[in-house]
Amino acid sequence: MTNRYVFLYASAMVVVVALLLSGASTLLRPLQERNMRIEKMQNILAAINMPASRAEAEELFDRYITTAKIVNHLGEELPGDAFEVELQDEIRKDMAERQLPVYIANIDGETFYIVPLRGTGLWGPIWGYVGLESDMVTIAGANFDHASETPGLGAEIADRAFEEQFRGKRIFDEAGNFRPVRVVKGRAPAGDLYAVDGITGGTITSNGVTNMLRDGLEAYKKYFEKIKTS
Amino acid sequence: MSEPNKNNKKEAMFSPKNQKLLSNPLGKDNPITVQVLGICSVLAITVQLRTSLVMAISVVAVMGLANVIISILRKTIPPRIRIIVQLTVIASLVILVDQLLKAYVYDVSRQLSVFVGLIITNCIIMGRLEAFALNNKPWPSFLDGVGNAAGYGSVLLMVGFFRELLGSGTLMGYQVIPNFLYDLGYENNGFMILPPMALITVGIIIWVHRYRDRNLVDIS
Repeated sequence: MTNRYVFLYASAMVVVVALLLSGASTLLRPLQERNMRIEKMQNILAAINMPASRAEAEELFDRYITTAKIVNHLGEELPGDAFEVELQDEIRKDMAERQLPVYIANIDGETFYIVPLRGTGLWGPIWGYVGLESDMVTIAGANFDHASETPGLGAEIADRAFEEQFRGKRIFDEAGNFRPVRVVKGRAPAGDLYAVDGITGGTITSNGVTNMLRDGLEAYKKYFEKIKTS
Repeated sequence: MSEPNKNNKKEAMFSPKNQKLLSNPLGKDNPITVQVLGICSVLAITVQLRTSLVMAISVVAVMGLANVIISILRKTIPPRIRIIVQLTVIASLVILVDQLLKAYVYDVSRQLSVFVGLIITNCIIMGRLEAFALNNKPWPSFLDGVGNAAGYGSVLLMVGFFRELLGSGTLMGYQVIPNFLYDLGYENNGFMILPPMALITVGIIIWVHRYRDRNLVDIS
């Protein structure tokens, strides 16, 4: 077989494969995007301790999440669909240009504010949602996930037991200064409202969560203060 | 299968020889317990029966199709780039499977995460393409592919069964260990969830397999 044949064969093969795969990707994209939307809804609901199965996520989301809006770092409302904002793009922008999504939930008359967070773990990105009670100080719940943290170590941040620790912790101190809860190495002192237990063997991921909470929530500081005083 | 063969020149679809292609990899030619290939993925995805099952089905699909495609192309593939062609075929099929899983069984695809992509590197698949599909007709190649994938999948399911049962007390996500046993002090073995126990489980399966089929013992 000549070189010419080998080259032609390889080129033809590549073209056929490219057509096939791009075709499949185009056909399946709507279904995949719907799955991702549902997962996002599940995560948002989980941040206010409302675990939802895939089947009921859309219904519960529509029922409880009353408002989804975009704010900027000054707490001013911006136009747009909060659900479509990709936080991974936003955190690369200057603070002044960031679009920050907020989801407001109403559960039996109680209001919760849910904000998305995104940061870096040991191996890749980590992200999550934090739900705040209407005092804008106390954390109602948190939900974290990760792309590629070590199973059994850093990956534990997505564990319910880790997330549960954030319930009742605070992000502002008594004087109203911004003081987000931190993940500390080892055990957090009992009764400390600003610290949760770290993950043994997952220190870098734990620190990633601390930084993500600090940087992520800081962007919303003005917005939170605005609501508190209004 | 007892139908009269329409075309006498052709070999019957399920002739004894073809049946062997399907059954040998399940027993004395098992890719995992005899050839000890594809161990990596066995450790990674057998914590639950459900992921094992989806992985097994995915590998059957990829391997059956890859063998058929390579077998159809076998006379046209330039020998110098045959490995590249094989890899391209496997990789495309794996991407297709991954896309389908993401579209139709999203939860499972999240659990399998990178391991679907790693089917590409499962040496059993390329091994069968190289050793069988390149020299045989599409139908026997298909049987060979499905047989080997089923041999791989059967071990996957066995390991997944024991790890989920002993590690989590569930099967396919449903609790099977009754609550009163837990009340009596029974505990799930957390060790079963960790990868090393998959290796030990595979070891025990190999042991049982060789105990029952003495011909395997003297393989050197």
